[in-house]
Amino acid sequence: MGFGRDSAIALAVLLVFILLEFTGLRSAGLVDFAIRFATFGLLALSLNLLIGSAGLVSFGHAAYFGMGAYSFGLLMQTGAWSVPAAILAAVAMTALLALVIGALCVRLSEIYFAFLTLAFQMLLHSLILSWIGLTGGDQGLMGGIPKPPFLGVDLARQDHLAAFSLFCLVASAVALRQILRSPFGAALRMLRDNPDRAAFLGLSVFRYRLAAFVIAGSFAGLAGVLMSLYVSGAFPSFAFWTTSGEAIFMIMLGGVSVFLGPLVGTAIFLMLNDWITAVTEHHGLFLGIILLIIVLGLRKGLLDFAVEHWRARRGNQP
Amino acid sequence: MSGRLELQGLRKSFGGVVATDDVTLGFEPGTLSAIIGPNGAGKTTLFHLITGKLPVTAGRVLLDGAEITGLDRREIVRRGIGRAFQVANLFPSFSVQDSLAAALMAHAGRTAGLFSTFPPPDVQRQAEEVMELCGLTHLSRTEARHLSHGDQKLLDIALALALNPKVLLLDEPTAGMGPDERWRMIERVYRLWEARKLTLIFIEHDMDIVFKIAQSVRVLRYGAVLAEGTPEEVRRNPAVVEAYLGAEHAL
Ligand SMILES: Nc1ncnc2c1ncn2[C@@H]1O[C@H](COP(=O)(O)OP(=O)(O)OP(=O)(O)O)[C@@H](O)[C@H]1O
Ligand SMILES: [Mg+2]
Repeated sequence: MGFGRDSAIALAVLLVFILLEFTGLRSAGLVDFAIRFATFGLLALSLNLLIGSAGLVSFGHAAYFGMGAYSFGLLMQTGAWSVPAAILAAVAMTALLALVIGALCVRLSEIYFAFLTLAFQMLLHSLILSWIGLTGGDQGLMGGIPKPPFLGVDLARQDHLAAFSLFCLVASAVALRQILRSPFGAALRMLRDNPDRAAFLGLSVFRYRLAAFVIAGSFAGLAGVLMSLYVSGAFPSFAFWTTSGEAIFMIMLGGVSVFLGPLVGTAIFLMLNDWITAVTEHHGLFLGIILLIIVLGLRKGLLDFAVEHWRARRGNQP
Repeated sequence: MSGRLELQGLRKSFGGVVATDDVTLGFEPGTLSAIIGPNGAGKTTLFHLITGKLPVTAGRVLLDGAEITGLDRREIVRRGIGRAFQVANLFPSFSVQDSLAAALMAHAGRTAGLFSTFPPPDVQRQAEEVMELCGLTHLSRTEARHLSHGDQKLLDIALALALNPKVLLLDEPTAGMGPDERWRMIERVYRLWEARKLTLIFIEHDMDIVFKIAQSVRVLRYGAVLAEGTPEEVRRNPAVVEAYLGAEHAL
């Protein structure tokens, strides 16, 4: 029921975009924005499974973004992989990494969890920098990534890549939403609300949190794949703490408690970023100030605020 | 009929403080008992020991003749001992019906599914039954954090009740309530006990309530059992009168 409706909405969104894109209305700007929106939107959405639903604030989510990008890039550069197979393999490898790191992190209490996830991310980042033979070090994965067409999709074309990225985003959003609606999702929320009582009722805190960590890491890996397709390479900055910070920033802008909040935040973040970069070189400073205003002014994300406001108004009417 | 709870020589010390001192008590299946005692007498600690929240220093807990001392607290819940807390212990963002459904599913080990929708209809029906029994039906869609203090306590009891316990321990079900609300709450508790025929043990400070509804009363002081018996016997017990009830309740 809910799943069917979500799928229908997702399909409609995708069709509208493809119609826009392929019937002459397209502009290079729109296509480019769509790819970045899908990539970072997916990253933010996957992180919000941890932050919003499981109550696990990870500071190191970009590790899985970087892992997805590098795994995919390296597999494609061997020339032996088709795009879909390499995507599946890259996501699987990212899931494995999340499983190992998660197993070490999810037992810890909040602040230690946050810092240990960050520490593992920095470890991966230094590994990328120092393993020059494999990763190209601080130059990044150079030489481009071959993108052999599959099923009529040619990802070397920007318009195809935009539609494909949006497809990945929309399909992932439908899947993530189903996860939240499922009994598993309810268990995550119980653990977020009251881990003690949840454990008392028979939930294994460790197993459920680890599962959420792996799922979120896998979707971040897929976002990394899209990023690597977009730039035709992979760079150490993908796995740097600033990328994790940006994802948290997007979630805070849009809101943690509404499912689509992170996507709204991503759109605002990207537009602000483009606009601010165009007018000043101190864009970090300006973004920081805007975030401060939103966090201190509204004390929640924009969509959180809007939904609460709307509920309150509806509640007031007799 | 099952639900016999026996405590044998139960002892708990925190460093130098003896919170439970050689407590031996029996609770017959289907009875309604009160535990009373001044602040710090070790009442809550006794519940912690029974439910496995704290390890015992010495002694045994038996449920229907089987020893449950030292078992994992989840296992103790599964064997049939339910418990509501002195301070309501809830899932704040869950509505009343979802709280109950979630508790039922967690207890049944059915929370691993990714493809179905929470809550499934059969669990939903069970949750409705419990809400009916506890008088929470009209609040089914209210989030736990928005409930009144009294309704939060009630939901806490409902959460324990949803797991179908043989023995239900209520830690001060009327704590923090005004006089009217207290009586409403205790009537509910009484009706639950009648409807479910479980062994119900409650901690209570209000003597009027205790003497009105309990079949038997156990008095704790400094962690030890000071007296036990019917409300009448306890009320007449000179040691209790002197140590605890004070002038206003004496005879
Ligand atoms: N975790 C603990 N560590 C140390 N001492 C404790 C601990 N828990 C309880 N105590 C002590 O054990 C004694 C009994 O406490 P308990 O909470 O069982 O009393 P109570 O009868 O429930 O009191 P109240 O009526 O105030 O709820 C008190 O002296 C308390 O300070
Ligand atoms: Mg107490």
